[in-house]
Amino acid sequence: MGVGEVKQAEGYRERIARRAAQEVENGMIINLGIGIPTLVADYIPAEKKVFFHAENGILGTGPSPAPGEENPMLCNAGGFPVTLQTGASFFDSATAFAIIRRGLLDMTILGALEVSERGDIANWIVPGKRVPGMGGAMELAQKAKKVMVLTTHLDKHGRSKIVQSCNLPLTATEAADLVITDMAVMEVKEDGLYLREVMAPYTVAEVIGATEAQLKIEGDVKTFT
Amino acid sequence: MTRTVDPFNKVVTIEEAMSHFHSGMSILVGGFGGVGNPPTLIQAMLDEGISELTIISNDTAFPHIGVGKLVTEKRVKKVIASHIGSNPRAGEQMTAGELEVEFCPQGILAERVRAGGVGLGGILSDIGIGTIAEKGKEKIRIGDREYLLETPLTAEVAIVHAKKADRFGNLVYDTSARNFNPLVAMAGEVTIVEADEIVEVGELSPEEIVTPGVFVDLIVQSEGVNWRWAWEK
Repeated sequence: MGVGEVKQAEGYRERIARRAAQEVENGMIINLGIGIPTLVADYIPAEKKVFFHAENGILGTGPSPAPGEENPMLCNAGGFPVTLQTGASFFDSATAFAIIRRGLLDMTILGALEVSERGDIANWIVPGKRVPGMGGAMELAQKAKKVMVLTTHLDKHGRSKIVQSCNLPLTATEAADLVITDMAVMEVKEDGLYLREVMAPYTVAEVIGATEAQLKIEGDVKTFT
Repeated sequence: MTRTVDPFNKVVTIEEAMSHFHSGMSILVGGFGGVGNPPTLIQAMLDEGISELTIISNDTAFPHIGVGKLVTEKRVKKVIASHIGSNPRAGEQMTAGELEVEFCPQGILAERVRAGGVGLGGILSDIGIGTIAEKGKEKIRIGDREYLLETPLTAEVAIVHAKKADRFGNLVYDTSARNFNPLVAMAGEVTIVEADEIVEVGELSPEEIVTPGVFVDLIVQSEGVNWRWAWEK
């Protein structure tokens, strides 16, 4: 990921990750994408025990090893050395995706170039500009029980990445459940996209003004600091 | 291709293994982000001047790592992969029209290789429906659900990196370097394994063997990774 990320206030990535970590529940099987999603692991409280799934064939990846302790063959899907949690297992790529397609991931946390108000996600191609490929994103977005998208609210040109309808080729249709940006927390429901929280220091009016998608509001909109 | 080696001792020299390679061929490559790419076989392909390759691999690794070197040295005309983002040379060559890239969702790529390796005529999946990934694929309805027909993948040669091989070709992999390797090992018309350690038949526990040696045609001794990893300072 990291395509078209706008320059943001210091610490916005960590704040998004900290808010995302609140959605994690004890016992979950979770896949973390590259970029801001990777940071979420740092904010999950110790009393919540979860298993991280890596699509290159590990269930139970742990924190980064100390410098000099790396096994170059033992890496996460981003290619960085990892350690193992107690109870971890290795398997081939077919099994890694069997876990995903079978619906056994409780949560996937991924980045996006665009998210639509019905939960369509575009995150793998900018035609003619950047064409990295979908990797495992289609399976993850289509099959995880809960799909959380972490992204900047605006692209590097200041345009809303939260849109009525995606312009870029899709990764998956009607897939996102929760979208967390540096400006807002938004929930995708059957009847549209709901603004649940704003990120300090933004106001509800500022978030609505910056968002191309139609944002619905019911009840209080909290502020996350 | 007929086997010319003793089925209970498939260990050959790298020179003997290279007789199975030629320019313009299709090659399946095990590995993920370079981890599990066989370094010695790839280096030998570079040294032999093998080119015009069709590569089937999860990704194109990094410009100086594993299968990525073949792309950097312009030995590849087509790649079937899920991701090329970590190798900017692949993207540049694609944009310049020098490299044909066929993208496939990662888990579907794994299953297509597996299908090729296990004698299946195709697989049905709903991954990518409603996206450009469904383009050109036949749709098949089973009951009230719609699936895409995904076709099997095989190649003239499959190259694999294992931690240990016995002389029959029973394989054990190194942690997450397993990834695509057991699938690739099944799907080559000729499967060539590069092993960090070659042991006698009987030294591996039947319980620990991941790939049964019946899928393996030739084994060569690995000379180890000859690149610096992207995370190494």
